[in-house]
Formats: sequence, C-alpha cells, structure tokens
Amino acid sequence: MSNTVAAASRPEPDNNYLTAGYGLKSWLLTTDHKRIAILYLIMISVFFVIGGLFAVLIRLELLTPAGDLVSSDTYNKLFTLHGLVMIFFFLIPSIPAVMGNFLIPLMIGARDLAFPRINLLSWYVFAIGGMTTFAVVLFGGVDTGWTFYTPYSSTYSKTAVGLTAIGVFITGFSSILTGLNFVVTIHKMRAPGLTWFRLPLFVWAHYATSLIMLIGTPVVAITILLVFLERVFGVGIFDPALGGDPVLFQHLFWFYSHPAVYIMILPSMGVISEVVACFSRKRIFGYGFVAFSSLAIAVLGFLIWGHHMFTSGQSIFAGMVFSILTMLVAIPSAVKVFNWTATMYKGSISYETPMIYVFGFLGLFTVGGLTGLFLGALGLDVHVHDTYFVVAHFHYIMVGGAIMGYLAALHFWWPKITGKLYSEAWAKLSAIIIFIGFNLTFFPQFLVGYLGMPRRYHVYPDEFQIFQVLSTAGASILAIGYAFPAFYLTWSLFRGKAAPANPWNAKGLEWTVPSPPPKHNFDTIPVVEEEAYDYSRLEEEVV
Amino acid sequence: MSAHKIPARIYYLIFATLLLLTMITVEVAFYDIGILSFPVALGIACFKSTLVILYFMHVRYGTGLTGLFVSAGFIFLAILMVFTLMDLNTRDWQVQPDESGISLAAPFDHGYGIGKQLR
Repeated sequence: MSNTVAAASRPEPDNNYLTAGYGLKSWLLTTDHKRIAILYLIMISVFFVIGGLFAVLIRLELLTPAGDLVSSDTYNKLFTLHGLVMIFFFLIPSIPAVMGNFLIPLMIGARDLAFPRINLLSWYVFAIGGMTTFAVVLFGGVDTGWTFYTPYSSTYSKTAVGLTAIGVFITGFSSILTGLNFVVTIHKMRAPGLTWFRLPLFVWAHYATSLIMLIGTPVVAITILLVFLERVFGVGIFDPALGGDPVLFQHLFWFYSHPAVYIMILPSMGVISEVVACFSRKRIFGYGFVAFSSLAIAVLGFLIWGHHMFTSGQSIFAGMVFSILTMLVAIPSAVKVFNWTATMYKGSISYETPMIYVFGFLGLFTVGGLTGLFLGALGLDVHVHDTYFVVAHFHYIMVGGAIMGYLAALHFWWPKITGKLYSEAWAKLSAIIIFIGFNLTFFPQFLVGYLGMPRRYHVYPDEFQIFQVLSTAGASILAIGYAFPAFYLTWSLFRGKAAPANPWNAKGLEWTVPSPPPKHNFDTIPVVEEEAYDYSRLEEEVV
Repeated sequence: MSAHKIPARIYYLIFATLLLLTMITVEVAFYDIGILSFPVALGIACFKSTLVILYFMHVRYGTGLTGLFVSAGFIFLAILMVFTLMDLNTRDWQVQPDESGISLAAPFDHGYGIGKQLR
C-alpha cells in the first residue's frame, strides 16, 4: 500500500478528529466514527471497572469457606451482575464498538461507516440499555445468573428480573445496529483495489462477528422479552403447567449465547492477526484459511449450542449430535492458532507490548479452547458441568483470550487513536503482571472444579480453600495489572511523546494517515495496489 | 434498489391481497378442518410475510446480496427449529442398561437404521 500513501494527500495534522470540535455537544452529537469509538471506549471502561468491583467482592467472599462477608442472596446478585456487566456491557462491545468503529473505515479507505447516524444511535441505545440494567442495582439487584434460566427467572425469582430483561433487550439493538453498519460498510465502501482478499484480517473477523450479531442477537432479545412476558402476564411459554417447556428457554438462549462467545473472541482474533504480522514482519501464513476460518467459526458456532445443555433434560441423541458438532469448531480455531505460529516461524520477531499480549493470548486461548473440548465431550461434561472447571475454561477464553486481544489492540493502535506514545517499559511490565495474575487466578479453578466444587456457591468445604485463596491472590495481582494501563495510558495523553503516523512501521491504510487521524480520514480516497501484510516489500523499501 | 420505481398500484394490490388473506385466516378459524387448521393458518401467514418481504421491503427489486442476507435469516431460523425439535422428538430415547454395560438400544431400532447399540 506504499503507493497509496503518496496517492492519499495528507491533511494538516492539527486538523484531526480530536480538535475538529470542542465542547460536550460536539461529542454527544458527533457522527464521526472515531469519536463514537471514543465514547464507547469511555463507557465500556466504566462498565469494566464496575464489573471488576463485583468480581473483587466475589473473590473476597471466597477467601474463606464460610459465608462471612455477604449473604447467599447477595452473593447470587454479585455473580449475576458481574456476568451481566462483563458480558453484555464490556466483552461484546469491547473490540467491535471501540476498535472496529475506529479502524474499519480507516482500514478500508473510507471516510466513515455507511450509516454514521445509526452509529451514534447505537451508542445511545447502548447507553440507555446500560443505564437501565444498572438501575437494577438500585432496585435490589437480580439473582438469576447472567443466563436467566427458567423457571427460576420466569416464575420464582423475587428480584428485578423484568428490569434487567428490558435493559438487555435494549442493549441488543445496539449490537444489531453496529453489526449492520459494519456489514454494509465492508461490502460497499472499500477503496478501489481493496478486494476481499486484500482486506486486513481484522476486517474479515469483524465481518464474521457482524453476521453473528445480525443473526443471533434478535433471538436472545426475543427470548429475554419472553421471560419478561412470562413473569408479567404468565403466558406459559416456559411453564410446563401451562404447556410450556423450561428447556426451550435454554435452546433459545444458547442459540445466541454460544455464538456470542465468538462475538467476543473473533474480533480479538482479528487483532492478533494484525499484531502478529506486524511484529513478525511477515505476511500472515495461509491468509485465505485464516480469513475463511472466521466465517467457519461464525457459522459452526450456530450449530453447537446444545453442549451447554447436556444435563438439562435435553435428549441424549441431541446431546450426541451437539457433542460431535462441537468438535468441528475446534478446526477453524486451530487453523488460526497454527497459522499465527507459522507466521512467526522465521519471522523477524520483536517484543513490543502488543506482541507480549499476543503471546499471552496464544497460550491462554489454547488452554481455554482445549478445555472447551473437554466440556464439549458428552461423557466428561456431565462430571464437570456447573463446576469451577467451567468457570476457569470460560475465563481462559474470555479474559485470557478476548481481553488479552483487547489490550493488544489498545496498545497497538493507541498511538493512532490518541497521537501519543505510552511508556513501553510500564506497558510490558503490566502485560507480564496480567499474565501471571490471570493464571494464578484461574488455573486453580480448573483443579478445584475437577475435584468437584460447584460454581455459584459462597460456602464450600474446607479442603477447597487453598485453591480459592490462590485464586483470590491471583485476582489481586490481576487487578494491579489492569490498573497500570489506566495510569500510564492516561499519563501518555498529557505527557506522552507525539506519535508519528506509523510508529510500528506497520502495513495497512490506517497507518498512512497522521496520528491522530484527520476528521474525514482521507482527503482523497486511496487506491490499493498490493496484498495485505506485504512486509517483504516494506523491508525492501527500508533497505 | 431504492432507485427502482415501483408503481403505486403494486402496493395497493399487495395491500388488498394481505387484507384478503387476513379475512381468509379469520374465516378458516371458524371451520373444523382437523389437523389441517394449523398448516393452513401457518401457510397463509408465511405467504403474507413473503409478500411483505418481497414488495414492501423491496427485496424483489434488490440485489442478489440482499436476497442472500434475507435467506440467511431464514436458514438460521430453520437451524434453530430443526435442532430444537430434534431434542424434543428424541427425549423418550432413553439410555438402557443391558448385561454387557450401557447401551443406547431401543430408540435406534425404530425406523432410523442407526443400529442397535452405540457404546
């Protein structure tokens, strides 16, 4: 894309999106995809802190086998709110709504997303959904777990299930609008010459993610709405006494919520592709396979939801079918991991902060993915179902995978987003602390789960205490690791050195514009004449 | 797609058809047609929604890509329904122990040709 650099005339660096307007109104009514990304960044960061505080209370309670910090009811509400906030208000929007919003138009040579006003609307819908759900805390909380399982949620729970359902229902529309915007943008607004197989894999990953958002989110929105209607009007969809079926809820819920795991991890995989290629100075090995593996994960992800229901009363035959299909999704996931590793082979690897996070991702995602196969195996799952083994597996994918990818993205594109460089030394230290803290937190949970400790209990037998103490100690380290970026990234905003347009010497259209980017990205739409990640040509040019 | 000029009479025609089909749905509900009542009502509803999608939502005049995305919605809805019904319709296929251990016996003998025992 080096030829395109010259083709795209560069506006004055001062005329960037951050200085294009001042005042609250210029932010709250903006239709600039970059500013909307910043709005999302601020909001999801707040939700991450809130979700983290719930986790702190959970971990403190579990330090001792007795329920001595909070009551069992409060504990139920804590893990429910932790799950709700982290999944619906942090993990799902994290990379798509922040990084995707900011980067997709820049990566494809467009001046904005296809529907800028809908993009802003999605943020407002997200904010309203978030506030509604968070208002639940004021109404005494909700105790169903983030999964809202019926009949407890629809019939028995005395907590604010209805309000929570409305909040999640509203938030779903934000996700749908974002997905719709991405799909149309990627189809219609690619720069001349930017064919599908020249697209950055970050864009491919977001395309696959958007498909899941579009297809799956309406299902969960309607399902949660049905729970609301069941509670308020007793319509009987999930109540056997009225001809309903509680297991039907699980089918509808997991039809979305299993693919939702891929909403959370696929964008992260897109980030890993970008960072691995940049810091290995090589084109991604097997580009086409990595691109199509994203689509394969998106499609196969819709065929395997029943592996969450092996002990629910689902038929054994259905369980066998879902178990077999679950094994299939490991293939495209493994394709990605092997291809990233092959990309690094004989590459000129450098160990900047984003790459440290990539190494963390590769190890943790592999552990999380392989233990997922344990849980997908019909026989073994029966023994570890609803134990800490599941909690550990899930967090290895979501925290070890998705958040590691999010942090890699934040550090990789921070100079582009803010125009400032952060302290590499502090950032590397933070990445290492997070990796250590994460493993100390969640690896003991594999062991205690395998030994039989169920999840969602705040009182437990004495013999499990050592594992819970280790886990809480790890969580403390993890919290310190997460706090670091809040300080050194904020510090960089005020005291950091100005970032050049391309601080990593990376390939991609986003690196051809100044940091931070101008308001309209490109004065003239670039023409793309080379493959993605053509680092060999870049190296020749440098020589 | 949006540039495609659709005569107003098409909209009126579709609207009239939808009203007619609604009346037929109501009328049929008063007749006892046994097991056909559900498929007839569902068939009319599907036909009506097809008309709305094709004409009011302009899919008939859209690109193939639009059609593909609309189809994808229905394909994934079919996946949801087929897999959920697969569970529902096989819940009485129980695990039955025999003298040599656990086997999935009886259910697989009846018309599916999957064999007597899966260990």
